[in-house]
Order: sequence, then C-alpha cells, then structure tokens
Amino acid sequence: MSSHAGTIDHHHDHTTSTGIPNKKLFMWAFLASDCMFFGALISSHLIYRLHPPPGSPDASKIFSIELTSFSTFILLMSSLLMALAVNSLQKGQVKSTRRNLLGTIFFGLIFLACQVYEFSHFVHEQGLTLSNSVFGSTFYTLTGTHGCHVAIGVLWLVLMYIRSFKPADADEGRAWLLKSFLHLIVFGVTVVAAMASMLGLVHAYQTGDGFGGFLHHHPLTFAVTLAGLTALWFLGRSKGQVDFGEANAIDVESMGLYWHFVDIVWIVIFTAVYLLEYL
Amino acid sequence: MDAAAQSHFTGKEAGHAVEKRPWIFTRPTAQTGLISWLTTVDHKRVGLMYGISALIFFLIGGIEALIIRVQLAVPNNTFISHQVYNEMFTMHATTMIFLAVMPLSAAFFNYIMPLQIGARDVAFPRLNGFAFWVFLAGAIILNVGWFVKSGAPDAGWFGYAPLTSKAFSNEFRADMSTDLWVMGLQVLGVSSIVGSMNFIVTIINMRAPGMTMMRVPVFTWMTLIVAFLIILSFPAITIALVELMMDRSFGTNFFEVSNGGLPILWQHLFWVFGHPEVYILILPAMGIVSEILPTFSRKPLFGYPIVVFSGAAIGFLGFGVWSHHMFTTGMGTVATAAFSLATMAIAVPTGVKMFNWIGTMWNGHLQMRTPMMFALGFLWMFMIGGFSGVMHSAAPADAQQQDSYFVVAHFHYVLIGGAVFGLLAGIHYWFPLIFGRQVSEFWGKLSFWIIFVGFNATFFPMHFLGLNGMPRRTAVYDGNMGWNSANMLATIGSFILAIGVGVYFVVMLYTYFKGEKSRRDPWDARTLEWSIPNPPPAYNFAVTPTVHARDAFWYEKHHKEEIAREKLAHAKEDEAHGGVHMPSQSWFPLMTAIGLLTASLFFVNHHMTGAIAGAAILVLGVILWAFEGPGGYHVHPSKDEINDTDGKH
Repeated sequence: MSSHAGTIDHHHDHTTSTGIPNKKLFMWAFLASDCMFFGALISSHLIYRLHPPPGSPDASKIFSIELTSFSTFILLMSSLLMALAVNSLQKGQVKSTRRNLLGTIFFGLIFLACQVYEFSHFVHEQGLTLSNSVFGSTFYTLTGTHGCHVAIGVLWLVLMYIRSFKPADADEGRAWLLKSFLHLIVFGVTVVAAMASMLGLVHAYQTGDGFGGFLHHHPLTFAVTLAGLTALWFLGRSKGQVDFGEANAIDVESMGLYWHFVDIVWIVIFTAVYLLEYL
Repeated sequence: MDAAAQSHFTGKEAGHAVEKRPWIFTRPTAQTGLISWLTTVDHKRVGLMYGISALIFFLIGGIEALIIRVQLAVPNNTFISHQVYNEMFTMHATTMIFLAVMPLSAAFFNYIMPLQIGARDVAFPRLNGFAFWVFLAGAIILNVGWFVKSGAPDAGWFGYAPLTSKAFSNEFRADMSTDLWVMGLQVLGVSSIVGSMNFIVTIINMRAPGMTMMRVPVFTWMTLIVAFLIILSFPAITIALVELMMDRSFGTNFFEVSNGGLPILWQHLFWVFGHPEVYILILPAMGIVSEILPTFSRKPLFGYPIVVFSGAAIGFLGFGVWSHHMFTTGMGTVATAAFSLATMAIAVPTGVKMFNWIGTMWNGHLQMRTPMMFALGFLWMFMIGGFSGVMHSAAPADAQQQDSYFVVAHFHYVLIGGAVFGLLAGIHYWFPLIFGRQVSEFWGKLSFWIIFVGFNATFFPMHFLGLNGMPRRTAVYDGNMGWNSANMLATIGSFILAIGVGVYFVVMLYTYFKGEKSRRDPWDARTLEWSIPNPPPAYNFAVTPTVHARDAFWYEKHHKEEIAREKLAHAKEDEAHGGVHMPSQSWFPLMTAIGLLTASLFFVNHHMTGAIAGAAILVLGVILWAFEGPGGYHVHPSKDEINDTDGKH
C-alpha cells in the first residue's frame, strides 16, 4: 500500500532542534493544559462531595458499578487497539491500521453508548438531574466533559480512517473530497442509528419484549443501521494506491496520545467519582 | 501539519502546479490587499494584526477609564449612573487585561520571537492565524453588550459569585451581559491557549543551529515562560466559566447558595488563574526591558542565567499564591500564613531581576534614547508597585487595604508603570525594525514625560485615598470624607496621561507615514532580529543563521568574514533542498473562527439552532483545514539578499 516502508525514524525528527516531532510536542503541551481542565473539574466534584447540602442523594444507591466497570474495561482495551494502530502505520501497514482504527472507534462508541444509557437511566429511573442537586451538577458536568472528549476522539479517529482512503493520484482529489464527506455523513448516521438500536434492544429485553418486540417498535432504526453498515462496507473498500502511509504515522501517534490521555483521565474519574462512594 | 512542511525540504513538493486540487483547496496567493491579510499565515502579519487591535482596545479601555475619572472628580457627581459606572469599571479592567495588554504582548511574541531564534515562521502557521481570529471573536463577544439593550457586562472583572447568578443579573428577561462576559472570556481563553502551545513548540523546536536554550534571548525566554503560564492557568478560569455558564444556562448549582453551591469555589478557581495572569501580563514587559537595557548600556545583560532563572521562578511561585487575593475570606490561620509567606517569597526573584538590570547599566555607556527612557520608567514605577505588593502580602495589613483604593494604586503601578511602560518601550525599540522608520527623539521623549507625569499624578494620590478608607468600585462619595482633593488631582492626572498617550500615538502614526527612514540596526543591537533588512522580508532570513554566542548578532558584527563564509555554504544547502520553504496561506483559520463566533453569539442568545449551525461551520472549517494539508512553496532569495550583511539593502 505504502510506497515507502520502514524508511522513517519514528523516534527522532532531524528537522527539529530537539528531535521531537513538532506535532508530538504540541500534543504534549495540550495534554498538560487538559490536565488542568480536568484537575479543576475533579476538584470541584470532590469539594462538593465534602460539603454536601442537606438532602443530597446517596451516590452509591444511584450508581450501577457493574455497568461502569464494564465500560471502563472497554475504554481501556480501546487504548490497546489504538497503540496497535500506531504500530501498524509506523510499519507502513495501512490495512491493519484501518482495522485497528475501526476497532478503537467501535470500543469508544460502546463506552459512549454506556454513558448515554447511564445518563438516561439516572435521570429517568433514579431522579438525578443536572439541576436538582449539587451532586447531579458536578457529576454530569464532569463525566459529560469527559464524554465530550471521548466523542471528539471518536470523530478524530473517524476522520483519520476516512483520510486513509485519499488516492495517491492527485487528479482524483475532487471526487475523493465528495466521497469522504459522504463517508463521514454515512458514518455519523450509522453511529446514531446503531446506538439507538442498541438502546432500544436493551430496553426491549428489559421489558421482556425480546428481539421481536424491538423489531416491532424500531423497524426504521434497525433498517437504517443495517443499510448504514452495508454502505460503510462498500465505502471502506480501497482500490489503488493511497496517499496515506508511514509518513502519516506521526498524525496517528498524536491522536493516540490524546486517546490514551482521555483513558487515563477516566481511570482517575472512575476512582474519584465512582469507587470512592463504595469505601 | 504545517510543521512538517516547514522543515521538510526533502519531502514531496506540496501544491505544485500540475496537481488538480478541488477548487475549495485553492490556496490564496495574494501578497497585498484584504485577502492577503484575511488568509495570512505570516507570523509578522499576525503580530501586526494583534498589535493594531490591541492598541485600538487600549484606547477604548482608556476612554472608559476617563469616564470613571470624570465621575469621581468631584463628590456627589451625577455624570453617569451607578449602572453605567459598573459597566465602565468592569469593561475597563476586562478590556485592558484581555484585549489590550495580553494581545499587545502576543503581538511581540508573534513578531519578534521567531526572529530572535532565527526561525522563518512559527511551528504551526495556520494555527497562529487561527489564534488571532479567535481573539478577535472573543473581543467582539465581550463588546457586543454596548450595542444591545441589556448593556455591557457589569459584574466586575473577577465576576464574583453570586453577583453573576441569574437572580442578580437577570432582572430584565433579556439581560445577557453576564452571559456575553462568560462566553467572551472562554473564547479568549481558546485563543490564548492555542497561541501559547504554538509558541512553546516554536521556541523548543525551531531554534536556528547553535541557538542553545542558554543562548536564547531573554525576551524569548519570557515568551516561553508566559506560554507555559497560559496553558496551565487558563484551564482554571475556563472551568469556572463553564460551571457558571452551566448555572446560568442549564440550571446547575455550582454557585447557587440556595441549593448548596459554594461561591468561595469561584474565588479559588478564578484566582488560581488570576494570579498567574498577573505574571502573564508583566513577564513579557520584563523580557522587553531585558533586551533594551543591554542595547542602550552598550553591555551584555548582567547575569543572564540568573535573569532567566528568576523569570522561571516567578512563574513557578506564581501558581502558589492565589489565595492572597482572598485573605479576608477567612481561610484559617495556616492557609493565610502559608500564602502570605509564598507571596513574600516572590519578591526575591523579582528583586534579583531588578539588581541584574541595575548591574547591566552599571558602568555602561548609557544612551538616553526614547526606548531607554520608557525602560527606566518601567524599572522605577514597577519597583513602587512591587513595594506596595509586598505590603499586601502581610495578611493583617492586607485586611486593612482589601478593596480600597490602595489596591487600585498598587495594581496600576504594576500594570501601567510595569507592563504598559515595558510594552510602550518595546514599540519604540522595534518600530524601526517593523516599519523601517525612526521615531523622532524629541517627540518620543516628550510623550514619555507627559505619560510619566500624568501616570504618577493619577495613581500616586490613590495610595492615600485607599489608606484614608475610600473603597474601590464606588460611583459616588460624599464631600466630607476628606477625599476631594486627591480625587480631583487623580482626575487631572488621568487627563494628562491621556494627552501623553495621545501624543505617543500621533507621533507613531506620523512616523509611519512621514517619518525619517531608518538604516538597518539603528540601535547597534545585539540580537538576531536586527540582522535582517527592515522591514523584514516574508521569509525573514535569506539564509538560516548559525548562532555562535548568546548575543548572536553582536558576534556576527564582529566576525564578518566567518559569517559570510558560513552564509554562502548554507545558501548552497538551502538551494540544494529546493530553496526557502514558505507556508501557504489559508482561508480555513478564518472560517473556523467565524464558526466559533457565530456559535457563541447564538448560544448567548439561547438560540440553539443558530448555535448548532455555527458549530457546524466550525467543524467543517476544521475538517477542510485538515484535508487541505499544509501546502507550501519555495522562494529563492537573490545573491544580493544572501550576501547582504552590512545593511546597505
């Protein structure tokens, strides 16, 4: 796929003063800044946890630690796939990179779906809203901000995946641009439909309707999901040489730094927000 | 993205003519006219745009200050209402800090820093343009209030809870002044953080060969330290603002006392940002002064490593003193004592710097040119502000001074006498480099003396006003408090100051159009930015310089043959790589910033469809920006430009 394999030193960039690639250094600086963002949010949560106003909800009765542990595990495993994607591209293996990127996207989406389910469950079943207690305010703001980070990461991964189809023949540039926007839109629609289907399916099984009941209530969502997945499969077939290879490894690596960081932040949030309530 | 293009001479030629690119990715190539400015990625042009906007806002903030002084000139004045007065002091402070001093510093970071390290641009040129456009978006959002019914923000520049809560600032259904303030500051934070990350990468990674960290000019060092302060402190205020925005827009309870919120949390988050911010404002001026004093003392900077280290120490300690703004909130004796001590400790590296500057001048051949006058003014005035600052660090004394005019006097001495004097010195110092014309010494010095006298007449009496008990943010005072003459004097002083600033800018404008043409390196300076023609060409250095000493240009001037030989060799290398690489201009930084502006304004108006549309423009801008690629083209400086070392160009 790639015209040049194994020719780039991925650990030393001879064009910079320090040998660190500019993009990597930039990402490190950003992550330093992001540390302070989450530091301020987590502090806010912990301070209010120490000063609960009368009538504050009991967090351990609201949380479903099994679900959150599951989604935590999935998010951590996505980091493994992310690392594999970086490794593949550093060796110039574009197909393997794509597979690993898709895997990371998939795991990231599972995490997000769990969060959507968790939020709607808390609001509708447990009565914990953004505004009816300080705990609700800090909890939703903190975990929601983290969820936004994951969502931005997923969008970035999707864009990188689409970017990997850019044809090497520059004359196809215009067609590719249109195709990649189509690709992005199909991706977005499929993700939303698939998430809705999953939540519908879970709901159907919880209420005892089973798969038949799900199909009865959500025929359109399910059809869109299937159609979207098929379209994605077609769009994801690659013909000919692409302008994506080892030279882009630094882009994927910077994205990976961001992804791993967001995972690490989740470990802190999982400990400080969830596990702490069970002490 | 741009980074790779910057230095990848051996890489693929991007954007060459035969490639058929989608029309949307056609790179603008205008060198003059409106489009060339809207799409610019040149750090010098971005710097100029920062500078010009900052000066415009400096004048607006000054007019707000004059309105305040007119109101306070005599007791029981009715020149403006309390409401307008609140808007004035809120917007005066917000404008001066975020829209005048910070962007003026950013202007120097952009223009001067890459030249000082021998780079041809910053690491991410398009991102640099984006930082400016986002700054402009934030400035617009903050000032939109003047033109709508609800008025400008009026909760004070540190927007203490619960003044900002809905209950206090929503008496009109459409009062969005506080929302505008909240959104404007968040957008400005994006601009500062993005710009700073760019500067960090540039300084660490794009130094010319031989430019080790301990040879980097002090101004560039201060840029680096300020950039770190910005990326580490702005998140705190951003989160505070996000929490406030959630309170106001989505009914959360972060600062709602009735539902268990703690207003003190706002104060902590705000000052965790707010105190490093003080050093964000002053360190660039210290850097500028550290460049000017050696040049006009005809000596190297005294104790360079100590000056650099002191700057870093000030930045580091600056994160551990925020609670001295909150001594009167009742934090308890241990916390108060600790923050008191840490605050006193900051006086040590600051004092060290002072003595180094004095050491630089000691036994030097002082040349009293206009930049030197402003730099000396900085030393003296900043020292006075520093002394009253140390007085505040003692918590019992601070309890008396809190919220009085003594504090107002203190921070105007450090911010005008310090930061603004330093920046005005910098404008005079680098004016010949940037515009190729020299300001008349007579008019320059005249503006200095008027500003100096006016400034002291305005703010020195405020020390006494404060000690006599006059509280800050008072629109009206009674005639029998004993505050009349000092207030009158301050008002007269403020108009003298205004005349001085007016003279300063008229002289600048006159010089820009009609001033005497300056030769190259008119001050016989020491750093690399003076080694290039004025005004500098787009590619900065015809040949990448090699640095042999701390005062790199001084060395070049005294080793002409060696440098000429080196340049010839390097020019050949550059040519072998295809010439000097230049980043291509781009529309997408502007488009992305417009998306952000649109989304923010609609969001403030609680118009969610519009906000989503703005966010869509933003995302589309980012995607096209990424798919467009860094681009780039090559220029080939002529033989004359390469050999031109004696300034005859």
